[in-house]
Amino acid sequence: MKERFAIVGSALLLALPLAFGAARAKAQSIGFLSTQLRPVVETTRMRTAILKDFPQKVAFIPTFPEQLLIQATADSKRAKPTLSLFGALHGELEPLVPAGLLAPVDALAPMAKARGVPAGLMALARLGTMHEMYIPWMQATYIMAANRKALPYLPKGADLDHLSYQQLAQWAANITKATGRRMLGFPAGPKGLMPRFFEGYLYPSYTGGVVTTFKSPAAEKMWAFFKGMWKYVNPNSTNYNFMQEPLLSGDVWIAFDHESRLLDALRQKPTDFVAFPAPAGPEGRFYMPVIVGLGIASHAADAAGAAALVKYLLEPKTQLLTLEETGFFPVVRVAMPSNLETGVRLEAAAIQAMQSAPDAKQALLPVGLGKHDGEFGQIYMNTFQRIVLRGQTIGSALAIEAKDLQRIMDAAGAPCWSPDQPSQGVCQVR
Amino acid sequence: MRRDRLLAYALIAPSILFLAVIFLIPLGQTIALAFTRHGTFGLANFARMAGDLNFRNAVANTLGLVIVVVPLQLALALGMSMMLRHLKRGRELILWIWSIPLGVSDLAAGLVWLGILTEKGYLNTILYHLGVIHGPVSWLTYETPLALFIGILVAEIWRATAIIFVVLVAGTQLIPAEFEEAASVFGATAWQRFRRVTVPLLRPSIQTALILRTVLAFEAFAVVLAIGGQNFPVLLSQAYLWQDTNQDYGVAAAYAVLIMLITLAATLFYLVALRPRAGEVA
Amino acid sequence: MRRLRGSAFAAGVAMLAAWTLLPIYLVAIGGFGGPDAVYRWPKSFWPENLSLDTFRRFVAIGGIWQATEQSVKVALITVVLSLALGVPAGYALARLRFRGATTYRLVILLTRAFPVGILALPLAVSFARFGLYDTALGVALVHTALALPFAVLVTASLFVGIPRELEEAAWVFGCTGPGAFRRIILPLALPGIAATAVFSFVLSWNEVFAAAVLTLRHRTLTAFLLTVLSESPLHIQLAGGFMLIVPSVLFIFLVRRYLFAMWGIASR
Repeated sequence: MKERFAIVGSALLLALPLAFGAARAKAQSIGFLSTQLRPVVETTRMRTAILKDFPQKVAFIPTFPEQLLIQATADSKRAKPTLSLFGALHGELEPLVPAGLLAPVDALAPMAKARGVPAGLMALARLGTMHEMYIPWMQATYIMAANRKALPYLPKGADLDHLSYQQLAQWAANITKATGRRMLGFPAGPKGLMPRFFEGYLYPSYTGGVVTTFKSPAAEKMWAFFKGMWKYVNPNSTNYNFMQEPLLSGDVWIAFDHESRLLDALRQKPTDFVAFPAPAGPEGRFYMPVIVGLGIASHAADAAGAAALVKYLLEPKTQLLTLEETGFFPVVRVAMPSNLETGVRLEAAAIQAMQSAPDAKQALLPVGLGKHDGEFGQIYMNTFQRIVLRGQTIGSALAIEAKDLQRIMDAAGAPCWSPDQPSQGVCQVR
Repeated sequence: MRRDRLLAYALIAPSILFLAVIFLIPLGQTIALAFTRHGTFGLANFARMAGDLNFRNAVANTLGLVIVVVPLQLALALGMSMMLRHLKRGRELILWIWSIPLGVSDLAAGLVWLGILTEKGYLNTILYHLGVIHGPVSWLTYETPLALFIGILVAEIWRATAIIFVVLVAGTQLIPAEFEEAASVFGATAWQRFRRVTVPLLRPSIQTALILRTVLAFEAFAVVLAIGGQNFPVLLSQAYLWQDTNQDYGVAAAYAVLIMLITLAATLFYLVALRPRAGEVA
Repeated sequence: MRRLRGSAFAAGVAMLAAWTLLPIYLVAIGGFGGPDAVYRWPKSFWPENLSLDTFRRFVAIGGIWQATEQSVKVALITVVLSLALGVPAGYALARLRFRGATTYRLVILLTRAFPVGILALPLAVSFARFGLYDTALGVALVHTALALPFAVLVTASLFVGIPRELEEAAWVFGCTGPGAFRRIILPLALPGIAATAVFSFVLSWNEVFAAAVLTLRHRTLTAFLLTVLSESPLHIQLAGGFMLIVPSVLFIFLVRRYLFAMWGIASR
């Protein structure tokens, strides 16, 4: 007995120096930390297909968004940092700027512009500074998807590609009347992207703004409408993080979400589901782009390699490959191929229809909020919780949250951004 | 006695040193962070925390869950370890099976129970076959708070009873069977033997198990998050909300300090309430 | 009457075992059954269309074996360190009277009372400074801190239960202090020490937070799987969950014997 323990013990002690040694070995490849392309299928495709033709070795490391700042900070404090490139959402890259973790990438801007990255995106990429802090890499947006079983219940005269919010509510109501079940769904779970629905879709479509109009009469009307519509929304919505799952399980027939969080449903059952544009409100059909950017670390182990990798990822050929493999759309000018994968093709068509609708308008991602972006989204979720879930009166709920909203604006010192009218100083809630 | 004391300090010194370097330093930094806002010392972060829309719910949910779940788990684990003691065959097998949830990560447990309790899950399948329900029914929404609470309770009992069980089993190993035999010779019923002999002898293990379980109960929330979503805020999920989504490390630290204070209060309570009494083995 | 009670007892044992095993069985059929099984209504309790596809895909993920190796390494270091630090301290708490014993208990518990995730930033930064960032040892150190309260308190509660007279008897027969500890106390405490080892191993194996924050290129299996799984379809998540459960369940199986006292006075 005793001998066996001694053997196990000494084996364990031998493991200690091994653990030390392993960290030092391994040749340095370009460290690429990314909050995007995390799902196992996409990570594999990134490593084996998209990065295949790049001459240098790349260590593509997917990570949780909430850990990006911590990991980037820790890596920068090491004697020898190993990260060179960050790939993350616009909003996730913002907190890296005040922490001094991003190096300006002005030198790469001419390349990006020449390849057709829109000037608006380049302006966004300054993150409130005088320099380009990242280079746009991929884009996506939020759309709707529905089970074909829901289509017979569409209200009379409604066209899927030109739906209004009123029609959406009517549609959901028809389904509830016919089946007794609430089949409209929103990603309002803890990790869901519901805040963006309020910021980029509902608020602008009803009030023409997002901050200045926060407690306007139009906003009060909007909340009254949304509360009415919620009667037909699956109450599990406050648990949903990705709408593809309830769509596939049939718990929900109509859903709003980020296209990459719907993609799985369209990929697995392309004949069961349809994708279509977000609805329109009185002020238009607002939609919000999602920008994924590439930022070079200020402590980059291999800044030149990172720059070369950025150039490679922005090549039209690579961008198309990225679209086919992951469903993220190009930021540069490319001709769309006709032989896309079915799921991606369905989404591309929906986005195309949304962008080309006569009443289509773009709501920008929040600009200049820095690390307050998440807190900003929380204001809309709190308002939703107060009015819709807890039944507080609309006026008083808006008044309470408006104070917090203004506090965030003041703390960030952010001027208004589109869809709000440009402001002189800090954006003010009217 | 003096020798004892020196020996004691020598024995605990390595662990103290270790914790000081690995843990107490970052802990101190974070606690300091909780009391600083915009460079000034004060309770501003705590004020923000208390003003949080879900703060009261989070406190109530957290305390409610711990107060209900821990005693249930203790009772269940006590029962299980007694059953194991009287088991004649297959003891190793049963011990292994009952300890299995110890090896299941929070996240996996959350997934499993979500799969069971969700609208089209296994629970509803059973109810459907029994004719209790006629189609999928939601149990885990803001409209069904009681069902939601019970769901979380059941999942937590499944996931985290094993840790109490293992501690108690280790403790029961040391109770000489002769004690109980002697008691039964003197005509004690099974319940009296359990109440008067086994439980007092197990007191140190029970105390340890309760402390560990309570501490862990405040800390584990993956299951709660998976099942309860936004509908069941607890202190820890709020702390992470402030750190990850709101990027406000000060308020997150304030939440963490609050969790720490509650946990330490509970620990002190157990230490006092379950301290060895005069005349007992200790 | 007696027989009735006997079968009620057996039924209780069996039900508790079923209660423990059923959810794990359900993960398994979820993971093996592919996308269709996950979204079916009403659910089937029998495995249908079993396929190893999902699992094959897992094994093919680049880096999964390194991650597994890393996990084992971290877990073993954690077991060694937590026993080395925890057992002596547990003995001191149980056997010796000294000032500050209660304070010591509380300090030990601090590491679990304060949510480790909130410490992520200062922890990661100081690890980076000391060259521990992204190493197995670094992760193991945090896991040890997390396992330490268990190691100290469980061993302490065991040493309390071992009659002091036994130890004194050993002294009478000429054993020195350490000798008495090794020959008399240690064997008696072995089940508890085994329980501590199991717990430390399993804790380290399943811990994701420190593992994910403190590593980049040398992920543990849990951290590795969780990052790539979190947004994957449900059946893949279930398969991943199952893959994480299996090794720790096996580990518990391997050491289950030590959870039992096979020595002297313990119950039969």
